[in-house]
Amino acid sequence: MTVTTEKPLVQIEGLHKYYGQHHVLRGIDLNVNQGEVSVVIGPSGSGKSTMLRCVNLLETISAGRISVGGELIGYREVKGRLHDLKAKEIAAQRREIGMVFQRFNLFPHKTALQNIMEAPVQVKGQSKTVARKRALELLDRVGLADRSGHYPNQLSGGQQQRVAIARALAMDPELMLFDEPTSALDPELVGDVLNVMKDLAKSGMTMIVVTHEIGFAREVGDRLTFMDGGVVVESGDPREVLANPQHPRTKEFLSRVL
Amino acid sequence: MDSHQDSQAAPVLNKAVPVRHPGRWISAVIIIGALALFLQSLFTNPNFRWDVVGAYILDVKVVQGVVWTLVLTVASMILAIILAILLAFMRQSENPVFRWSSWTWVWFFRGTPVYTQLIFWGLIAVLYPKISAGVPFGPEMFSVDTSTVVTATVAAILGLGLNESAYLAEIFRAGLKSVDQGQMEAAEALGMGKTKIMWRIILPQAMRVIVPPTGNETIGMLKTTSLVLAVPFTLDLTFATNALANRTYLPVPLLIVAAIWYLIITSLLMVGQHFIEAYYGKGVDNRAPATVNPAAAKAAAAVAPSADAEPALKMDFPEEEAK
Repeated sequence: MTVTTEKPLVQIEGLHKYYGQHHVLRGIDLNVNQGEVSVVIGPSGSGKSTMLRCVNLLETISAGRISVGGELIGYREVKGRLHDLKAKEIAAQRREIGMVFQRFNLFPHKTALQNIMEAPVQVKGQSKTVARKRALELLDRVGLADRSGHYPNQLSGGQQQRVAIARALAMDPELMLFDEPTSALDPELVGDVLNVMKDLAKSGMTMIVVTHEIGFAREVGDRLTFMDGGVVVESGDPREVLANPQHPRTKEFLSRVL
Repeated sequence: MDSHQDSQAAPVLNKAVPVRHPGRWISAVIIIGALALFLQSLFTNPNFRWDVVGAYILDVKVVQGVVWTLVLTVASMILAIILAILLAFMRQSENPVFRWSSWTWVWFFRGTPVYTQLIFWGLIAVLYPKISAGVPFGPEMFSVDTSTVVTATVAAILGLGLNESAYLAEIFRAGLKSVDQGQMEAAEALGMGKTKIMWRIILPQAMRVIVPPTGNETIGMLKTTSLVLAVPFTLDLTFATNALANRTYLPVPLLIVAAIWYLIITSLLMVGQHFIEAYYGKGVDNRAPATVNPAAAKAAAAVAPSADAEPALKMDFPEEEAK
């Protein structure tokens, strides 16, 4: 199932994150190949969301390197020294990385259609006609063709999250990050969002998914990583890890969520 | 609610005896009585001189005063709003020089009386007879007489506008802070630049919080324009009616003339504010059309099978409503 290319699309090496004195990430290594669905699980406070947010620089990187598509994220390396990228350069890197948030974060003053069109028009400079056509296609793809004129507060949580996924896809990213995309949803709304994500995985999108949905990890994941206390405890084929966890902490966590 | 209840006969509605409120009736009698006495005095007390009010309400000097008061209010509010947006953005900037400058500006203009500032702008030509541009301690590029540039009108607008900008800057800052941090992150994650995020994402949402107090400030400004005689600027409504009152020795009817005009303008401003609030409330204060009409929602759900019928859309996210 795993597509092996010469170099992983995402390489996280020795990632550390401090909030003041608080050492949240303690040396994370993670590779994600092109087209791979990498699922990250772990108890709350384990640092999995923080790691994800480092990948598109919503958090600064305290130590270590992250590269996406061979390009170093957030820094330029000149003669062995790191230089911070300018805001514009960071924005350009983020365009290649789509992000879906736990709390959706749709723009409440814009309709579903306007939410999706915003970045292609404002950032990529697409014409409104082109962006609208693409946005309607994406809405159809997430099963919300009839909701284009609705404002976020007129949509259910599950619908909002699907619009948020369409909004991220509108920028044609090479990588999609999902930060607990179903954790804020009522149980009966989770399925629709997961189905959209499954479709996306099937279409060959590279995805890093932080989630509590073990079923999704088993069914769709190419790799499962269990994090705890800011380190990667165990990583491997999802079905193997779930059926036969090697580390006692993984066993304990799985016994509580399964 | 349950299907088996539908099959039964219609329920007998409760007819409870409502609680009586004698206090409401007593207070109504007292207030209406007082109001009647006041209204009677308006008609019977000859000192009001309604004939003089009628004669002067559309007097050329008074109408000109209304126009000038409006010009001063609008011009100084526009100046103040532009400066306030700039100051609020600077205050949030990562550049410490901007943050410090913005703070100092607010500190100074909020910390001195507007009357003092107006006198100061009136005297600016005495302080700086010439305005010139050039390199500090170096050659001069051009120069003009201050009094030709800073006329009484300009001085009045500058004085009112700069003072107001300090108050509005705080209102705008509070508005920008009220927008959820997730909005900034979502826009950043899409690769939007700082300026675009501010103008297209953050500010439009902040306007919901900014507009009501700004409307309040605008009405305040309308009346603060009566202080411009400090400049001295002598064409506004208060000065015009005062001048007429002094000439005719009839202060009361001319104060009434001024009050009527201020009330009319305030009322118009309040109507304008209502529409601006409605505009910026879209997406937040609006009702859901899909749930208002259940038949339409059902039809829509039938068209798109994947969009499962999710009833009571508004109930799913009560915390969204609260925002």
